[in-house]
Amino acid sequence: MATVTVRTLPWYAAPRVAHAMRRVRRWPLVPLVILTFLLVIPALLAPQVAPHDPLKGSLSKRLKAPAWLEGGSIEYPLGTDKMGRDLLSRMIYGARVSLAVSAVAIFVGGAIGTTLGLMSGYFGGRIDGLIMRLVDISLSLPTILLALVLVAAVGPSFWTVITVLVVLLWARYARLVRGETLSIKERDFIARARVAGASHTRIMTKYLFPNVVNSLIVLATLQVGYVILLESALSFLGAGLPRPTPAWGLMVADGRELIVSAWWVSMFPGLAIMLTVLALNLLGDWLRDRLDPKLRNV
Amino acid sequence: MQRYIARRFLQSLLAIWVMSLVVFTLARFSGNPLDVMLPLEATAEDYDRVSKHWGLDKPLYTQYGIFLTRALQGDFGMSWKWPGRSAMDLVWERLPATLQLAGFALLVSVVIALPIGVLSAVKKGTPWDTAAKIIALMGQSLPGFWLGIVLMWIFAVHLGWFPTSGRGGLQYMILPAITLGWFQVAAIMRLVRSSMLEVLDSEFVKLTRIKGLAEWKVVWKHCLRNAAIAPITFFAIIAGVLMTGSVVTESVFSWPGTGLLVIDAVRARDFQVVQAVVIVFAGIFILTNLLVDILYAYLDPRIRLR
Repeated sequence: MATVTVRTLPWYAAPRVAHAMRRVRRWPLVPLVILTFLLVIPALLAPQVAPHDPLKGSLSKRLKAPAWLEGGSIEYPLGTDKMGRDLLSRMIYGARVSLAVSAVAIFVGGAIGTTLGLMSGYFGGRIDGLIMRLVDISLSLPTILLALVLVAAVGPSFWTVITVLVVLLWARYARLVRGETLSIKERDFIARARVAGASHTRIMTKYLFPNVVNSLIVLATLQVGYVILLESALSFLGAGLPRPTPAWGLMVADGRELIVSAWWVSMFPGLAIMLTVLALNLLGDWLRDRLDPKLRNV
Repeated sequence: MQRYIARRFLQSLLAIWVMSLVVFTLARFSGNPLDVMLPLEATAEDYDRVSKHWGLDKPLYTQYGIFLTRALQGDFGMSWKWPGRSAMDLVWERLPATLQLAGFALLVSVVIALPIGVLSAVKKGTPWDTAAKIIALMGQSLPGFWLGIVLMWIFAVHLGWFPTSGRGGLQYMILPAITLGWFQVAAIMRLVRSSMLEVLDSEFVKLTRIKGLAEWKVVWKHCLRNAAIAPITFFAIIAGVLMTGSVVTESVFSWPGTGLLVIDAVRARDFQVVQAVVIVFAGIFILTNLLVDILYAYLDPRIRLR
């Protein structure tokens, strides 16, 4: 009797490799790699990866060129700014700033928007009318101007930026969640929950909310890039984060007058913003196609 | 239809009113105006007298009423930074420069976006289309202020083709206009592409082909003319975005428009001027939005019923 031996193929065998490759290909590799190295690792491990202190510079080392240019040294890979601070270290801490601002703003804005959207869709009637008017108004306010007024009044700070961003962001979540709630609340399981005696709050948090999470994740991802872009524009205008915070927008602003003598000061932070936002947009598109194709027009 | 317009009109008024409320509240938040106006050695009686003179002793809602009536007459008070000038004067003086730049930027973005959009629709699925997609993606991801600096670095500093900043002839306008219009290119391009695809598929286009018309005439004359309707209604939105985007661009290129004015005013904490600019811009922004909505409602009856 012949024994049949089932031999498992080694991991490097052609079919297995092809299979693994196919699996990997399904992921948006380029954006994920860019984001890991440009945003996530620097943001989480800033003190460990940054070669220098982002705030302390020495004037004797001001405006050093990047390492591969004349006058540059490997000690300051991307050169220094006009205060002699290491550009690379500042950019690494800048990733932390960008991520913190967008995470806080999107979380707060998303929480407010989701709560109001749930209430608006679930209760309907007057509450719905009021909240939706607020949404319309907030969507028609000119962003940058709002930020400028706020900054002129209270001065630039982390929380000023967050406030502006939240005022701007919540409305989209509210609109999205309301739309979804309207259709979900007609379904049987909601009626059953009501018959079983669940309170309004319970229905909203335990029955409606879990069903809108997918859309929320997609919208939030799509917005991270937008928020980073907006925050850097505000910081650039002096209406965002205050100096000497190592924010990418501020660094670009610092390098503006130096464009003739030291182009690297504004070039590298700008490149970081562009690549990050590009990667986030690609990732957001990919997520939307996977999780929630009907969001295409949001 | 009339009901729809009336409702949208009221909504716009409401939005402008909210903006005025925000501006007023923030103005009061920023500290007691008397501390700025009066010298350090002023006595308590001085404070009383001056606050009576400016109406600051009245309750807040009366003050707001006064502010609103004055604002409706276009009176936002005197500038602090530019003494002897009223805030509204400064805005009117700077507005033409901003409008000029915004108009030119619109032109530039259309000139860039239209051919690319048409091309990517005609050659759908080819490398041309992919290239157009990449341009659109870049349009969404490039920070405008940085693009301005890069353009300045390459074309003004290195090549010396254009001046770096200021306002003058046409050559002063090109770089700022590209910076300002860049973001719109992506939007217009995608609109042109999708409406071109729709038109290219229609019966009358087949007829023009059967008739034996040259392909370029089919595409650029017959199709484009029909595909242009949707993007045209979009222009008013763009106009609004261009107005606010001008703040960034003007600050990069020191273009002496309203955007630069408001930035200078914010830096000097000249709240009167900030108020005036913000209300005027918000007004323009909200009204263009209103116009677009009405235009859309005329063209697409489904919207009216919403």
